[in-house]
Amino acid sequence: MGAGHGASLTARYLPGGTAVHRLEPHTKLVAVLAFAVVVVLTPVQAPWAPAAYAGYLLAVLTVAAVAGVGPARLLRGLVVEVPFVAFAVLLPFVARGPEVQVLGLSVSQSGLAAGGGLLAKATLSILAATVLAATTEPRALLRGLERLRLPQVLVQILMFMIRYADVVGGELHRMRVARESRGFTGGGLRGLRVLGATAGALFVRSYERGERVHLAMVSRGYTGSLPGSPAAPVAPGSWALALSLPLAAAAVLLTGMLLG
Amino acid sequence: MCNKVDVVHVPDGFLDVPTSVATGALAAGTVALALRKARTELDDLTAPLAGLTAAFVFAGQMINFPVAAGTSGHLIGAVLTAVLVGPWTAVLCMTAVLLVQAVLFADGGLTALGTNVTLMALLAVVVGYGVFRGLAAVLPRTRTGVLTAAGVAAFLSVPAAALTFVGLFALGGAVDLPLGTVASAMTGVHLLIGLGEAAITVTIIGAVLAVRPDLVHGARGLGSAAVLEDRRPATVEVPR
Repeated sequence: MGAGHGASLTARYLPGGTAVHRLEPHTKLVAVLAFAVVVVLTPVQAPWAPAAYAGYLLAVLTVAAVAGVGPARLLRGLVVEVPFVAFAVLLPFVARGPEVQVLGLSVSQSGLAAGGGLLAKATLSILAATVLAATTEPRALLRGLERLRLPQVLVQILMFMIRYADVVGGELHRMRVARESRGFTGGGLRGLRVLGATAGALFVRSYERGERVHLAMVSRGYTGSLPGSPAAPVAPGSWALALSLPLAAAAVLLTGMLLG
Repeated sequence: MCNKVDVVHVPDGFLDVPTSVATGALAAGTVALALRKARTELDDLTAPLAGLTAAFVFAGQMINFPVAAGTSGHLIGAVLTAVLVGPWTAVLCMTAVLLVQAVLFADGGLTALGTNVTLMALLAVVVGYGVFRGLAAVLPRTRTGVLTAAGVAAFLSVPAAALTFVGLFALGGAVDLPLGTVASAMTGVHLLIGLGEAAITVTIIGAVLAVRPDLVHGARGLGSAAVLEDRRPATVEVPR
């Protein structure tokens, strides 16, 4: 499928009962965001930066091991990074500043550190986010966002999107089966017209489905907001456990800054 | 599938923290405004319709469209959504798509979410819809006029977002780069991607205009759906 992810929104979730699975979703979201902030804050040009990246990697791999997220799953999560690798690889060649020799090529020193740093930072953050997606159901993630005070309407939009993404994707799949069973092979301007009509029909069907869903909800008393159950209290120790990842990363960063 | 042109979601670590925070604040402010304005476009249908439209954009981004010379593009959809459901709802739909991609697929960093929303949900929609409205005002109010305006708007929205990204990189990028080179390279690639985006946007809006012109927000008052015509040859030879 196209943009690097499969059709199903639940495809990334690995059912399980580990300590990471049991954490409240909003604590995990905060932890992954804080981890990404610490990683981003690391100065790429510092001589100790590679050691810090190794420290972060150890921390995130430990969490992945505790959560039972295997290397194959982590690698699949990294697929989104592929187009971006090209940019990072080009950096040493286009950046300015003093040059160094690497494998007989003369490349910019700052570009080398920056390219490597960007790649390391993106990889580390993606690994952490992959563990989050693998241990938290999409609907639980939404509840987490809601608890973090994301506006109600936006949460509802996301909820409808997540509920119906598989329905709309299934519709698209059936259209493809119908097209191909009539001998469609794609390619060229005619292919564009056929696919344009497909997507147009998909929009009309999605929109009409939205209208029907809305009517069904209005007839059940919907007035624009959804009744929510009171938020469950956070189990003691949840925050401490969730924040151990960013705290470990922050410790690595501080050590680097003090010793480096 | 491997020769696909793609628009990368900005990952974590690309821009420094102040720039990420600034774009994050801009994105949050715009989304808050859009949440209020979208009610004027959709009323209390906002949540279900924007949600289903976001699901459509999400699915639509998975279709690989043949563009030219063996390459295929896939939709970004900012201008398409803005013309179909109106700009404020489009901001919400694109934000929802980017949020789901970042949280559920690790596609686009969490600290870069504000940047991605600013580029693809805010800037692409504002520039694209602005161009669309401007052109639609001068062009004749016909199907061709609407499609031309949408095509030009979709085309321009992509390099506009790319150039803004280069600008952000100049402000808060991690490396000292010759900006002229980066800007021209980015513009060149994204002009091509923009052509694909324009072709896809025009064909989809054309298809919707043909069956449900009332659903195209940017073509209100354009007239009714195309009438089905009988295009069979006058006499059909029955093979014996």
